[in-house]
Amino acid sequence: MPETKTVGHALRKKDSMGLLLGKPAFLCDVTPADCLVVKLLRSPHAHALIRSIDTSIAMKVPGMVAIYTYKDVPHNRFTNAGQTYPEPSPHDRLILDQRLRFVGDPVAILAGESEKAVNRAMKLIKVDYEVLTPVLDFHTAKDNPILVHPEEDWEALCPVGADNHRNLCAHEVCSQGDVEAELAGCDVVIDHTWHTKACQQAMMETFRTYTEMDPFGRLHVISSTQIVFHVRRILSIALGIPKSRIHVEKPRIGGGFGAKQTSVSEVYPAFVTLKTGRPARIVFTRQECQIAGSPRHEMEVRVRLGADRQGNIRAMDVYTLSNTGAYSEHGPTTVGLSGHKSIPLYTGGLKAFRFGYDVVYTNVQAAGAYRGYGATQGIFAVESAVNELADRLGIDPVALRERNMVRQGMIMPAYYNEPANACALDRCLTRCKEIFDWDHRFPVLDMGNGKVRAAGVAMAMQGSGISGVDVGSATVKLNDDGFYSLTIGAADMGTGCDTILAQMVAECMDCPLDNVIVFGADTDTSPYDSGSYASSTTYVTGKAVEKACTQLREQILTLAAEALGCPADELEFTGQEVRRCDGTASISLVDLATRSMCNNNTAVQATCTHSSPMSPPPFMVGMAWIELDKETGAVTLLDYKAVVDCGTPINPALARIQTEGGLCQGIGMALYEDVHYTDTGRILEDSLMQYKIPTRLDMGHLQVEFESSYEPTGPFGAKSIGEIVINTPAPAIAQAVYRASGVWVRTLPITPEKVLMGMQGKA
Amino acid sequence: MLTFRQYLRPQTLDEAYALCQKRANLVLGGMLWLKMQNRTVDTVIDLCDLGLDQVEDLGEEWRIGAMVSLRTLETHPGLAASTHGAMADCLCHIVGVQFRNLATVGGSIYGRFGFSDPLTLFLALEAVVELHHAGDVPLADFVNQPYERDILTHVRLPKHPGRVAYLAQRNTATDFPVLTCAVAVGESGARCAIGARPMKACLVKLDLPESITPETAAAAGDRVAEQVTFGSNLRAGADYRRAICRVLVRRALLGCKEEE
Amino acid sequence: MEIRLTLNGRQLRAEIEPALLLIDFLRAQGCLSVKRGCETANCGLCTVLMDGVPVLSCSVLAARASGHSVQTLEGLQEEAEEFVGFIADQGAEQCGFCNPGYVMNTIALLRENPNPTDDEIRAYLAGNLCRCSGYEGQLRGIRAFLNARGTKEVNPHA
Repeated sequence: MPETKTVGHALRKKDSMGLLLGKPAFLCDVTPADCLVVKLLRSPHAHALIRSIDTSIAMKVPGMVAIYTYKDVPHNRFTNAGQTYPEPSPHDRLILDQRLRFVGDPVAILAGESEKAVNRAMKLIKVDYEVLTPVLDFHTAKDNPILVHPEEDWEALCPVGADNHRNLCAHEVCSQGDVEAELAGCDVVIDHTWHTKACQQAMMETFRTYTEMDPFGRLHVISSTQIVFHVRRILSIALGIPKSRIHVEKPRIGGGFGAKQTSVSEVYPAFVTLKTGRPARIVFTRQECQIAGSPRHEMEVRVRLGADRQGNIRAMDVYTLSNTGAYSEHGPTTVGLSGHKSIPLYTGGLKAFRFGYDVVYTNVQAAGAYRGYGATQGIFAVESAVNELADRLGIDPVALRERNMVRQGMIMPAYYNEPANACALDRCLTRCKEIFDWDHRFPVLDMGNGKVRAAGVAMAMQGSGISGVDVGSATVKLNDDGFYSLTIGAADMGTGCDTILAQMVAECMDCPLDNVIVFGADTDTSPYDSGSYASSTTYVTGKAVEKACTQLREQILTLAAEALGCPADELEFTGQEVRRCDGTASISLVDLATRSMCNNNTAVQATCTHSSPMSPPPFMVGMAWIELDKETGAVTLLDYKAVVDCGTPINPALARIQTEGGLCQGIGMALYEDVHYTDTGRILEDSLMQYKIPTRLDMGHLQVEFESSYEPTGPFGAKSIGEIVINTPAPAIAQAVYRASGVWVRTLPITPEKVLMGMQGKA
Repeated sequence: MLTFRQYLRPQTLDEAYALCQKRANLVLGGMLWLKMQNRTVDTVIDLCDLGLDQVEDLGEEWRIGAMVSLRTLETHPGLAASTHGAMADCLCHIVGVQFRNLATVGGSIYGRFGFSDPLTLFLALEAVVELHHAGDVPLADFVNQPYERDILTHVRLPKHPGRVAYLAQRNTATDFPVLTCAVAVGESGARCAIGARPMKACLVKLDLPESITPETAAAAGDRVAEQVTFGSNLRAGADYRRAICRVLVRRALLGCKEEE
Repeated sequence: MEIRLTLNGRQLRAEIEPALLLIDFLRAQGCLSVKRGCETANCGLCTVLMDGVPVLSCSVLAARASGHSVQTLEGLQEEAEEFVGFIADQGAEQCGFCNPGYVMNTIALLRENPNPTDDEIRAYLAGNLCRCSGYEGQLRGIRAFLNARGTKEVNPHA
């Protein structure tokens, strides 16, 4: 890669000091508190019909302004999934429905002058429920006589294999080669099922939205969202008003991780504002976030992995059963990654594969998008299967991977036949092995006090945007004084994409990062962007930034040519000035910018859009070192090392933090974060007191390095980093625990109880 | 949601006691558990003006005021010396420093919560609680008494309880414990308290031979595990708790031995 | 009821509902750095100093704060500015929502223990959850600050 001045440098995030000093930047800081308080009465039943609902007494509470029930809302089915239209997620929701499909499903929308009034009124709403038998076991959901969505106006806009009369949200089988014949010919076949839970993103800022009518009769929505444009469309469909009447923007977002790729909270205050004409705000409690949010899809992934005695992996058969819960959000799409982003890791010598799935509706909290988006679940299964294979064959799991993994230049049949144009997975593995000291740590170490230390490894891949779908756009504008403004529709949710994209502008325009300001995202002013999800922003929107800068440079030259009275092709732009190549004349950027604002017909503002026909995978390797207390089953993560190939890290500091943050979430999923339902479908982990995300005492020491490849289709060679980083801890830690205990824990999280009871043969 | 009609800071214990006789009134501890409740209270009684925030050295005993924070106990050098560090071991895993700055001894002990770390340790230390009306009650009795409308003003701990060790098993570092175990080996014999069963802590007298050896400690652990009742909750099942109870008791006893 | 307290050095009198929590009182007073991340006293986002001691403002009655001094990040900007740049250098602020609580507790830590070890830092800040950063960058930032300050103390002319 050529020498760069800004790209590839660990620069501070543009918003960092403001955030660290606690400046008011978030939704509840920037919207007026004296608006209507909106809250939801939620269903206590997993499956019920509302026989009758009486809000008259509740409305008598002083300060109550409105209470809406299913009778009051438009009858337009929609999906909350923030996806490009037509959404693969079937349209199966109403704002409020007579049928309640999980514990927490909204029954009524309350709006009042104060929280106190709304809380009092909530207790006074009288609901007569006809309680129905719920579908709680996702194994028996398909073709269950009890239907989660019996309604006739349920609609799948895309052919995803959905059938509401079978509780099916999606179904598909794809394959290459004869997987059964290959498996039959294998010396060893590993055949197990791995189970992952509906883990919560647990971003620190819960879902929240503010709405008001602007002075000109348009609905103005300020929301903590990753997807302003999708929110505009979703609201338009749900509320039955034209998109032109809706204006959506986001302030700083207190974390998202995919949760805010679903329009979880927007529609409720929007409906209230539309009805009352008054400003309204909803702020989810943490409990609401835990029981009526948009968590990871619970999945059971069965892997049949066949190999010869030498450890050549020949065939892989993956079947995923995914639980989308009560609604379809991201159900048909997350599941695909469980196979398409796990099987291709073993493209090496794979002769045949098959990948099939069913996504079922059940009467539990609807799932959604969470970092990793199905790949996490699939990689836990496939990487664990490979580790079990290594154990069965007595081959070092690193050596087994070296023999079978995908390498640069290979075509990946299980990844839509995309080529691995840029793939440093082999270098990641070599480097990780080195910094981890794998050869010394892999043999189990007995500490002599009932404790043993052991290691595990896993590889991972993800995508960079959704190929042929995601659209990124950027507007770059020259302003007086010669500074640039970059306007985007992508959403910085803390990841630093505003800064990363500004670094690209600074690089392209040959200026310091401070000369670039960033604005986003606002549906009225931002150029169209699908939004920040699917690891797309750096790769897709970044390329749009690059294109826009190229165009802006040309405009600057055109403007300078007019000023200097010579052809543009005799000019060069240095960043500070435009000068004639022969050195006879020049004009400073400041003067040009000033000139552009007087008697000028040349635009110095470029908007470009980019979409990619491919989604180049980032790759990574993670290695875990644990200590097991053999008498209590307690697992202490000592050390986790990871080496990542995200193409060119545009900002190495931010790429590193992304990796560490993702690892920490992956560690939480592997060891701590659990979801239990009561036999009536209520979630027990409904707070951060019960749902245990890692504290800084729970994640050992992390070390992250990069082995960069150069992706020719990405900006400055970049791929993505946001999601892949969550994928390795579960399989790597599960293997380390097995090495230490002799127990393969195939249902996450790996609790001390599972380990100890497994060791004692009681599991 | 919590609703209070009024908030009062009584200036005498008698005043506080009189106020707390009304069923609709409530004595405020650290607020940490109370604020999660959905209830309406007539008068909340804040004991913060009654000078109950002191740790007093009575010579043979420590007298700890009900409003002393867990963080104060955790960082108190005298208590650390008395308990061979077990006081901090018992408290340092409770949520975080800010939480422990608020949580009070009175709230923790009066509450007699199943998950309580200090209840476990204080039982093994043969603590005595001082109630404004009922007077001195050994914690071993108090733990099983009904929630009377009395005011816990102090907890007294012996200054020389013997050798002490505290162990707990947690699924994450600052989570509620899966099991707690405190052992004290003193002149009057050996005592073991097991908490987070998940029921509230209970005290078991240990019948130990002269010296603690790996064998005698293991046997004691087995006896405690057989004797104590365990239950199941989100964090673990009864069988698991029983299994690790043996281990924690044995390790705690050996921990006491190591200090000899 | 009426309360009187010192907020960020300013004497204040206010009429409040008895059940009002300090966090809600502070936000109503314009101290918007104080954030709520949970309802169960687990996240540490709402950390403020009461008489110099870090507490969870979600678990303190505004009434109990009467007669005391309360400080939020709004009142400790200079003390925070001494070290938060080092965290920014790591990119560890990320979404920023947990930052004020974490910065407040770090201020408390550094006042109590000016030269903490890494383990002491982890233990003191264990009650401050962060879902973005994975914590390591926050630790590196504090460590870098301590190292820089240490160097400065050894050689004031450096």
